[in-house]
Amino acid sequence: MEFLLKTDMNSEKLTAPNSYLRDFTGTDTGSDNPGPSWLSALRQNAAARFAEVGFPTRRDEEWRFTNVSPIAETPFTLATKAQSELSAEGLSRFTYQDLAGTQMVFVNGHFASDLSSATFPDGVSVKTLAAAMADNSPLVEKHLGKSAKFDTESFVALNTAALEDGAFVHVAAGAILTAPIHLLYISTAEAGPTVSHPRTLIIIEENSEVTLIESYAGASGQVYFTNAVTEVVVGENAVVDHYKVQRESEKAFHIATMQVSLTRSGNFSSHSIGLGGLLVRNDMNAYLGGEGIECTLNGVYLGKDKQVFDNHTSIDHAMPHCNSHEIYKGILNDYSRGVFNGKIFVREDAQKTDAKQTNQTLLLSPNAQIDTKPQLEIFADDVKCTHGATIGQLNAEALFYLRARGIKKDDARALLTYAFASDIVRRIKVDAIRSQLDRVLLAESALEGIAE
Amino acid sequence: MPLLEITDLHARVAEKEILKGISLTVNPGEVHAIMGPNGSGKSTLAGVLSGRDAYEVTGGEVTFDGHDLLELEPEERAQLGVFLAFQYPVEIPGVNNTYFLRAALNSIRKYRGEEEMSAPAFLKLVREKMNVLHIDQSLLNRPVNEGFSGGEKKRNEIFQMAVLDPKLAILDETDSGLDIDALKTVAEGVNALRSPERAIIVVTHYQRLLNYIVPDFVHVLSAGRIVKSGGKELALELEAQGYGWLESGSTSELVAA
Ligand SMILES: Nc1ncnc2c1ncn2[C@@H]1O[C@H](COP(=O)(O)OP(=O)(O)OP(=O)(O)O)[C@@H](O)[C@H]1O
Ligand SMILES: [Mg+2]
Repeated sequence: MEFLLKTDMNSEKLTAPNSYLRDFTGTDTGSDNPGPSWLSALRQNAAARFAEVGFPTRRDEEWRFTNVSPIAETPFTLATKAQSELSAEGLSRFTYQDLAGTQMVFVNGHFASDLSSATFPDGVSVKTLAAAMADNSPLVEKHLGKSAKFDTESFVALNTAALEDGAFVHVAAGAILTAPIHLLYISTAEAGPTVSHPRTLIIIEENSEVTLIESYAGASGQVYFTNAVTEVVVGENAVVDHYKVQRESEKAFHIATMQVSLTRSGNFSSHSIGLGGLLVRNDMNAYLGGEGIECTLNGVYLGKDKQVFDNHTSIDHAMPHCNSHEIYKGILNDYSRGVFNGKIFVREDAQKTDAKQTNQTLLLSPNAQIDTKPQLEIFADDVKCTHGATIGQLNAEALFYLRARGIKKDDARALLTYAFASDIVRRIKVDAIRSQLDRVLLAESALEGIAE
Repeated sequence: MPLLEITDLHARVAEKEILKGISLTVNPGEVHAIMGPNGSGKSTLAGVLSGRDAYEVTGGEVTFDGHDLLELEPEERAQLGVFLAFQYPVEIPGVNNTYFLRAALNSIRKYRGEEEMSAPAFLKLVREKMNVLHIDQSLLNRPVNEGFSGGEKKRNEIFQMAVLDPKLAILDETDSGLDIDALKTVAEGVNALRSPERAIIVVTHYQRLLNYIVPDFVHVLSAGRIVKSGGKELALELEAQGYGWLESGSTSELVAA
């Protein structure tokens, strides 16, 4: 088993994964927690697993292009509740001014009730995982830690070993929620590099409809590590529109796994928007476990400086007559790097699968770089699967055309960059997120009105 | 003062000399036609004037409205009032036609020290010009040129010209590939813009367009040189004789106008 060894500068002794467990999760074994006994067992298993595997290295096929040793080399400590104060004014930087709906805020992984909505609409129960477990919610026991695999994924194991609290969203059968529910995870690392392990469990019952936003954000300049795990269970015929907006500090590490399980006729759309972070890794996995499922995974990310965005997606077609559509687009400037790995599995039973994957990257600088790898494994014979990857620069003819009409060079570049992302942006149904992205894409150009 | 003064212009592309000493004077209010066979350098001349960077100017001067045109970026030329209707208009997926045009107009207005045009005023202007060119409303809401037919693309160029109100319009084969109705529409649009302040250079392969846009001067371009200049009759003579006489190298066969 490969794992990184940490060199302790003072004592020069090599440290095994257990020491990370202590620093990163506050426990060696996962045993000391106030929750129910099944949670202790879960934590202990995850801790034991992490102690065994440690952090992945680049010899690991799934981490070939992304080196996580900077995480291992930074002296992170688990953020305490006391370090997690944030005023309402401080919060305003991270919320959407004009977003209708309700929100639940966590600061450094700790729930901030004073910053969160007091009530939620009918048909949905939003509370902390700790509160749900204190109520002995059978749903939490049934689903928590079941789909996100700590036995194979180091960072999921680390998150699970630290599992104490998080967000629990339960949408009742038949509930139609018109306004989005916003889960906002903020990091403030004023006291030095801290780590938090946001954990989210979302259970959506049959025939319901909901829009969910998960935001991860932090103050510019701060060094911290967000190690997030989200599990989503989508019931029959439910319609879910999910947004992940990642705008961590430009010095932050963000590693996240999202695991979605779908059943018959479920309709799930994901929009993953990557704006911040120094080193970012997203694992987005969808399991299509019933017939007639529609699954859309879209992503767009904007890299600058030396940012690294590593997106791994997996769509597992286990049953017949399901459609999946996937478009990931990267815009890379300066020395930024992107990685896209898109797996599509079509199991033996999954006849009549229609799967379409597209990965497009716009390189705005000669020093930017992308490694892209589609990975299709098809075991059924009557299926339609396509994938395509393009890597390119701004079209010189189009650039000249715009300039020949009087549009300044920088504005023309911004406009074409915007156009590159536009098919993803257009599919964003939440106005506040769409206009946020418009602003970022057209930043400093005179063209803001263009996207009205 | 001439609006455009081209003196002994030489230019090359990919190490190949294309323009071999072109001189041309265009005054406000004039319409000049530049005719010539395939590959004679018509688009190269249009490209050099609008600032396309594939071309390298190796000699000569171009003065536009008192400015050294060759020193300027393409957008600065447009802001000063140079407009090129492209021989092959570019499709730009993801950029809405209306917003593109408004951004262009406002960029030009800003340069001229005018206020940005409000959305309602802009729409009013656009509707007016659309009617002249029989442009379908739906084209406005589509991405720039994307999926447009050949004729729609050419009309869209002239429509843009009408909205941007340039001092000098260079139309590069705006007539090619158009059926007679579309040709008349385009010509009507161009004629509506003829004015004592504005000059127009019509680059074309065929005489046909010049029945509808009647030029003040006609120039024949061959192998990078203007080999003949004359009045509008020159176009008819060219039509009658074809370009074959150029290849034979004898310009004397062509009766001077
Ligand atoms: N980007 C380029 N690279 C190489 N050669 C070029 C390029 N652009 C033009 N040329 C060459 O320059 C010459 C003149 O081309 P130009 O497009 O100016 O001709 P034209 O008179 O507009 O022809 P047409 O009637 O076909 O439009 C041609 O021989 C052409 O092949
Ligand atoms: Mg040409």
